[in-house]
Amino acid sequence: MIAKIKELMYQPPFIRNIGIVAHIDHGKTTLSDNLLAGAGMISAELAGDQLYLDFDVQERERGITIDAANVSMVHKYKDDEYLINLIDTPGHVDFGGDVTRAMRAVDGAVVVVCAVEGIMPQTETVLRQALKEKVRPVLFINKVDRLINELKLSADELQERFIKIIANGNKLIKSMAPEEFRKDWLAKVDDGSVAFGSAYHNWAINVPIMQKTGITFKDIYEHCREEKQKELAEKVPIHNVLLGMVVEHLPSPEIAQKYRVPHIWSGDIESEEGQGMINTDPDAPLAAMVTDVSIDKHAGEIATGRVYGGTIEKGTEIYFVGSMGKARTQQVGVYMGPERINTDKVPAGNIVAITGARNALAGETLTNYGRKIDAFEGLEHISEPVVTVAVEAKSTKDLPKLIEVLRQVGKEDPTVKVEINEETGEHLISGMGELHLEIIAYRIDEKGVEIETSEPIVVYRETIAGKAGPVEGKSPNKHNRFYIVIEPLERSVYDAIQEGTIKEGRVKGKELVAKFIEHGLEKQEARRVWDVYHRCLFLNMTRGIQYLDEIKELLMDGFESAMYDGPIAREKVTGIKIKLMDAKIHEDAVHRGPAQVLPAIRRAIYGSMMMANPTILEPIQKVFINVPQDYMGASTREMQNRRGQIGNMTQEGDMVTVESKVPVAEMFGFAGDIRSAAEGRCLWSTENAGFEKLPTELQKKIIREIRERKGLSSEPYGPDHYIG
Amino acid sequence: MLYFIGLGLYDEKDISIKGIEAIKAADIVYAEFYTAKLFGTTISSIKDMMGVNIKVLGRAEVEGENIPIKDADKMNVAFLCAGDPLIATTHSDMMIEAKKRGIETMIVHSSSILSAAPGLAGLQAYKFGKVTTIPFPEENYFPHSPYMVIKANMDINAHTLVLLDIKVDGNRYMNANQGLEYLLKVEDEMGENLILEDTLAVVIARAGSQNPVIRADKIRKLIDEDFGGPLHSLIIPSDLHFMEAEYLVLVGGAPEEILE
Ligand SMILES: Nc1nc2c(ncn2[C@@H]2O[C@H](COP(=O)(O)OP(=O)(O)OP(=O)(O)O)[C@@H](O)[C@H]2O)c(=O)[nH]1
Ligand SMILES: [Mg+2]
Repeated sequence: MIAKIKELMYQPPFIRNIGIVAHIDHGKTTLSDNLLAGAGMISAELAGDQLYLDFDVQERERGITIDAANVSMVHKYKDDEYLINLIDTPGHVDFGGDVTRAMRAVDGAVVVVCAVEGIMPQTETVLRQALKEKVRPVLFINKVDRLINELKLSADELQERFIKIIANGNKLIKSMAPEEFRKDWLAKVDDGSVAFGSAYHNWAINVPIMQKTGITFKDIYEHCREEKQKELAEKVPIHNVLLGMVVEHLPSPEIAQKYRVPHIWSGDIESEEGQGMINTDPDAPLAAMVTDVSIDKHAGEIATGRVYGGTIEKGTEIYFVGSMGKARTQQVGVYMGPERINTDKVPAGNIVAITGARNALAGETLTNYGRKIDAFEGLEHISEPVVTVAVEAKSTKDLPKLIEVLRQVGKEDPTVKVEINEETGEHLISGMGELHLEIIAYRIDEKGVEIETSEPIVVYRETIAGKAGPVEGKSPNKHNRFYIVIEPLERSVYDAIQEGTIKEGRVKGKELVAKFIEHGLEKQEARRVWDVYHRCLFLNMTRGIQYLDEIKELLMDGFESAMYDGPIAREKVTGIKIKLMDAKIHEDAVHRGPAQVLPAIRRAIYGSMMMANPTILEPIQKVFINVPQDYMGASTREMQNRRGQIGNMTQEGDMVTVESKVPVAEMFGFAGDIRSAAEGRCLWSTENAGFEKLPTELQKKIIREIRERKGLSSEPYGPDHYIG
Repeated sequence: MLYFIGLGLYDEKDISIKGIEAIKAADIVYAEFYTAKLFGTTISSIKDMMGVNIKVLGRAEVEGENIPIKDADKMNVAFLCAGDPLIATTHSDMMIEAKKRGIETMIVHSSSILSAAPGLAGLQAYKFGKVTTIPFPEENYFPHSPYMVIKANMDINAHTLVLLDIKVDGNRYMNANQGLEYLLKVEDEMGENLILEDTLAVVIARAGSQNPVIRADKIRKLIDEDFGGPLHSLIIPSDLHFMEAEYLVLVGGAPEEILE
């Protein structure tokens, strides 16, 4: 098998790099397992029910995937053999960062949709993540057996259900796919870019195969009813049907890199490395991107990534373009579930596991040492951490070790934010949700440091509801003065930044002007944006002020630091627009250095925020609960007790799906409570829904709580404190 | 009453008799050494000489808390600083604040690097343009303006006095060599052929002391010379009057070719 993989690695037309993505619990791991078993990589007993790829203890205990798992297998389709590099991704929102990163490594995705639940919010999210990376999707409608055996649908209803799911899926693809692929990438029943089946019972089918084998919907229906799914699995084994669909409809690296490289890499396509990537050339300069880092007890740091150009070889020096570091590769190879198989070389078009790439972080661009290439686009995950816990080592002897372990944890999972405080020994970890933090705490323990964690707390945001200005901010020496106007950022611009259509960062050149205008910023303003940070804009509306250019970067530093650490409760600021209207600057460079300019602009910003109806925002989740009708009342009550707003309710047979919006702060302990409210007969999932205004009656109380927790005075300072 | 009293350039003896009298008349004496510092003495010898207690204030206490001004509302305050109190500092702000509050003020002058440096270098005060200071480079702050000031002065045929940053808190005092390097680096980035290795520059070190250094030469020569302890300043002369040239050759050891 290894020999075969090594051979196919060099034949890009016979490679497929794919991700398995879906809403939580829709059956990704069951499917991936059975594909592996079907390809003969693991024994059938280990697959499916056993969830072989969820090999981590926490994954086993909780029955969900936490870490993306990489596997490679060989599949024979028609007369040729193909190398399939597959990534099974987690479905839980808390681990969505893994999906974002996996989408950089692959060219195609199998979007699994549970036939019972249909397209769910997280299905939409993963589709968006895939399409944003120009990763082509195909659909697999899973758990068809349940439609028949549990929901008791008839053969006709079965078909109707499929049509509905496909239509909903296509609506999403149409709205989010890259312009040039809007038509081609739709899932089409006739050409077999959609399949139906049961990952659990190991069968799947699509229309071309129905035509070839003569199996009809009615046959499927009967096989399921009569508990003859084993027979189906023999006639139409899932790995054959799905891997066939993958080979047929998902692009090879050779094809995909032609359009993906210009999309994810802003360097010069005509350059040697640019052409190397476009042509998936193993002899070109190395161009690879790290998409995942894990720490192996024995081998140390393992970096996983996609090789786009050139070949990565064992024992060579590689250069980290972003951090300007270098490392010597100890081993390179491919993944097979928990195992890595060393291959000494991995050429363009493949997913590689590198041992010895010390200090590489996910998002890093790799090339040969001694070369200079442009970096790949960054890998920003859409959601941000909303929950924080404080951690402390139980025993003082572990203090230094804890810091080391925390740094490791941050490396392994870039969606975790770690704030180390060596003075107090109380460190903060922020993550996507309660579960995320529980897992991290567990992993810290696992790395040999016993820790104590605080109750989780929610991460808030600061913003303004009104306008203020021009407000004057003075430097400590009073010889520099800045005048700003502040107002809420246009919602449309905010959303465009949130979705990544407008990129954060200091604005260089004029590229963004059109985008700003398109998203609703006035023309005069669009041309004057200096900086986009935390979904806030900083604009320079002045003209011809001497020396302003010299302190421009400092003003942006000051703006960013103010947005990082707001005046209400030292939480991050979001959704505001700050316009510099005028500036008075001292003649001499020493009297207008950072020590003067940074406080001056910060004071102007803080002062004006405190005059513009300062407001705290709290993170919100959408919660989807699926319960038997008898428990609906208990479940909606559970939500209402948590300041939840009940939204859509849909009924299907005896089951009701209740949608609601609930503040994250009220969601702690929800898992246990809903289990008892519905006596265990409840399926639920959540989806991050951004930040919303904290109810007016809670503002004061929460502000005080945050400030006191942070050891600040219990009331925020008024504007006079900053601008007096 | 608020007295702004200059301590002059180098040691405790640079203060004027008027200054000493004002200190004696004050109810409380403050000093700041964050804008500059006297290298030939210590705080305690200043105190000993004046026979009074002096409270040294940091930047935040002067600029943020306004301590001298607040006290001057009710008593006589002496506020000491190096050099001439309102020259090359930003204390004019205190003067404005005092006026607004109706506090009486008085300035007691002393010598400043702004007059000492041209004098030591034998360059005519009439021929100087804007003064500039080279700051220590910091993250996102490497201004070109000192270089631009020199350029603007050259364009009108004026000499430039270039002061060098001091960070009393960090105990960092930019020396002449660092100042010249800074200018060469800006030259690299701007490429105006203004500050080259062959450009004539004057280094003044420890003005006001018994043995001040005055060295004039091409930057190439100066850049590796050791001028001893702080404080240093630079002058970038424009066209020289023959008297100026002769002085620089005799006193500053400048190459004789500048006489031509
Ligand atoms: N009846 C039935 N159950 C299925 C099928 N596929 C998966 N399941 C079950 O659904 C549950 C979730 O399956 P997983 O494979 O863990 O789902 P997943 O999408 O990997 O879940 P996450 O990785 O946590 O998002 C398990 O109990 C599976 O046995 C199917 O086709 N039919
Ligand atoms: Mg899974």
